[in-house]
Amino acid sequence: MAAQATLDRVAHAHHGSVRRDRRRALIWSYVFLLIFVIFFLTPPIYMFITSLKTSAEISTGSMPWWVSDPTLSNYVELLTSPIYLTFFRNSVMVALLVVVVTMLVSILAAFSLARMKFWGSATLATGVFLTYLIPDTLLFIPLFKIFAYLNELTGIEFINRWWILVIVYPTLTIPFCTWIMIGYFSSIPKELDEAALIDGAGYLQLLTKIFIPVALPGIIAATIFAFTVSWAQFLYPLAFTTSTDQLVLPVGIVTTLIKGDVFNWGQIMTGALLGAAPPLIIYAFLMDYYIAGLTAGATKG
Amino acid sequence: MKKFLRRKSTIALVMALPLIVVITSLVIYPAFFSIYLATLNKSMEHFVGLGNFSFLFKRETFWMVVKQSIIFAVSAVLFKALIGFFVAHCVHNVPTRGQRKWRGMLLVPWVIPPAMSTLAWLWLFDPSYSAFNWLLERIGVGPVPWLGDPYWARFAVILVNVWVGAPFFMIMYLAALKSVPEQLYEAAAIDGANWWQKMWYVTLPMMRNIIAITALFSLIVTFANFDIVRVLTAGGPVDQTHVFATYAFNLGIQGNDIPLGACVSLFMLPILAVAAIFILRDIGRRGNEA
Repeated sequence: MAAQATLDRVAHAHHGSVRRDRRRALIWSYVFLLIFVIFFLTPPIYMFITSLKTSAEISTGSMPWWVSDPTLSNYVELLTSPIYLTFFRNSVMVALLVVVVTMLVSILAAFSLARMKFWGSATLATGVFLTYLIPDTLLFIPLFKIFAYLNELTGIEFINRWWILVIVYPTLTIPFCTWIMIGYFSSIPKELDEAALIDGAGYLQLLTKIFIPVALPGIIAATIFAFTVSWAQFLYPLAFTTSTDQLVLPVGIVTTLIKGDVFNWGQIMTGALLGAAPPLIIYAFLMDYYIAGLTAGATKG
Repeated sequence: MKKFLRRKSTIALVMALPLIVVITSLVIYPAFFSIYLATLNKSMEHFVGLGNFSFLFKRETFWMVVKQSIIFAVSAVLFKALIGFFVAHCVHNVPTRGQRKWRGMLLVPWVIPPAMSTLAWLWLFDPSYSAFNWLLERIGVGPVPWLGDPYWARFAVILVNVWVGAPFFMIMYLAALKSVPEQLYEAAAIDGANWWQKMWYVTLPMMRNIIAITALFSLIVTFANFDIVRVLTAGGPVDQTHVFATYAFNLGIQGNDIPLGACVSLFMLPILAVAAIFILRDIGRRGNEA
């Protein structure tokens, strides 16, 4: 009897310590999460704080983490400045066109590689994945030279035209989008297309009536990926475009708002924040698709 | 002929044709063209063989770039992996209801275009108005020359790279953590395993593949990084923070010596090839398990 009571007490004490351990682990998790959220969110929040300041307030430097006299003048100035609106328009045009081209090419290719198979299709699928690993920093110099040659050959100006980016960005987006679309298409049961083919559907109908609707989450994830990559790309526009009216947002902000040694930080931060807004808004509304695309094929990091 | 056009494999080839055209003309051809370019002289008129390579080998700056690229990539990937792993565990620990909110906030650095967020860091590191130095001054620590001193500048570019990339590791590791069956932990607990033993014998082996793939991917991208170094330091002070990509840009595009720039960027190939081989092996293994 007494032994049983001791045993119960020991068990109870043990149980209590496990619970206390769990509780302590939970509290520490929250503490560290808070620390890392502060670390991760400091730059964007600081962008926002600075964007609300006047140049005069920034140059006093008395209290960088607080706005004593908030103003929207930076936003008004940028959103009415023709040059900034040109950057924005160029970025939007490039990103939208790249998304369209990417999705057309990669959906067709992924359908063909996942389902129809032809001589060498397995090798091509691996090849697509390998090209995804070749970085832009290896290709920008030869591409620059190739377009210079093409210019001599045809007389068409390629360098310093915003639409050149629509030609080169797909090299960054198509391999990965094709790769994740192959994954999504392969997961569709074979019985589904057999049934459709027996009913007399052609391959194109099979793709538009069955594969695209069923794999829609994958298509959304791939579209988001293509958009964010083209919106954020910095090296190609920096190397291939120089005239102010041909620049896209990231390069435009970095090269034109910084004039010599004069840094108008209020405007730079406003411009950067507005430039970061489209991907952030997409992310806020479509977080699950965004993450699905990220984890689908082990993305770049 | 008509029959040939109707064949399934022909249609398939036609559908894949745009992909093949894009990849061969804009990725594979330029990659080989780059090797050819590297063997020309500056005005690209005659063949100099390995002349550009031997020229680079004699320059001290080039060896500094090699060293800095390796330090930059290895330390950044290591810290991204450690922080990502740690934060993923923290998120995994809190109740499921709150996880979405934390995950949402922690992924923000990954979503902002790196060129834009690096501008915020540039402003945080500003020599006269640094908001970090302002905070340090409150606790009585002297101003830190974030981007003015070579060692601090190296630290700064790594810090920003870790800031951008750690959330990606976090999201990958969190997905991997969630895929570990709860029964394994219960079985380990019954066998009397403590926290470390569960981590060492259950969590890590189950996550090994995803840890390796994510780290290799990140190694490739970090090694080839351009945006952060370009915006933050542009290679300075005195070329001390240059990595292969920014150095190649300086020589090739700004310095107008395209062959030399191509030559520098080709040095990224060996490490990319090694990482790619390992990734292909791991992905093949993942395919077999599934």
